[in-house]
Amino acid sequence: MPDARFRPGDAVRVRKSAPLGHIRTPFYIRGHSGVVERVCGAFPNPEELAQQRDGLPAQPLYRVRFRQQDVWPDYRGSAADVIEVEIFQQWIE
Amino acid sequence: MKDLGAYRPLDYFQLMEVSLRELLVEKGVVTEDAIKGAMATMRARGPERGAAMVARAWLDPAYKARMVANGSQAAEELGFEVPGLKLIVVENTPKAHNVVVCTLCSCYPRMLLGIPPEWYKSRPYRSRVVREPRKVLGEFGLKVPAKVRIRVHDSNADMRYMVLPMRPAGTDGWSEERLASLVTRDSLIGVAVPVLPKKPKTRKS
Repeated sequence: MPDARFRPGDAVRVRKSAPLGHIRTPFYIRGHSGVVERVCGAFPNPEELAQQRDGLPAQPLYRVRFRQQDVWPDYRGSAADVIEVEIFQQWIE
Repeated sequence: MKDLGAYRPLDYFQLMEVSLRELLVEKGVVTEDAIKGAMATMRARGPERGAAMVARAWLDPAYKARMVANGSQAAEELGFEVPGLKLIVVENTPKAHNVVVCTLCSCYPRMLLGIPPEWYKSRPYRSRVVREPRKVLGEFGLKVPAKVRIRVHDSNADMRYMVLPMRPAGTDGWSEERLASLVTRDSLIGVAVPVLPKKPKTRKS
């Protein structure tokens, strides 16, 4: 498995990209910057699994915390509000 | 006579499900009884297991710490088998309220909470709670004060989530079972908080 390149507290950005296929990075979070909340471990790559392959090597999976006001320009709520999303390492730049 | 509604033919996915099931039975991969049994088990499961974990955490700070550190192990500690489940328990505090959604489909810790409610799988909930959580929670009857941070958790990949709600005031000395009875499914998803049952009003004569 590839090493986890990021640690909790690291600032990261989600790739802004729209390849075809089964992808578990929601559109709304692509291109946004956040902070690693925790490293979840490594899991078979869902993009490969969906193609009937084994998904190996397993990819590090992170929980990344984003400020709601950064994600939604018209966000109504506290500046402290956050959304936390699971992001595979290949989606982080 | 009871109104059974208008006849509706199977839709595309229902037809696919029936076809696949009949094929699997015909080929001897599964039996009708096995399918019925699995469905009955699934339907019978409610949020009791999740509620039991919360009640234990309210009474035992060391268990709570283990539960927040590793949700799956904490479930197994109470004898709940959760093979393959990667459970993250997110704790409500006076400063932060948690709510769970799966924007991509309907991921949910079924082994602990049972079958998810229809609204959890609905497009409006999934698309709205990520971008206007305070409004959506308000529609559930939950007003979160402005000074409390809202943490929305998108269960979009391999982890599953359960909220650890705060123990309501006025429950000192309660037994674990009685505490567990306050923990509803919705409070484990984060669209509600546990509340004490309302006392019946005494009529003044």
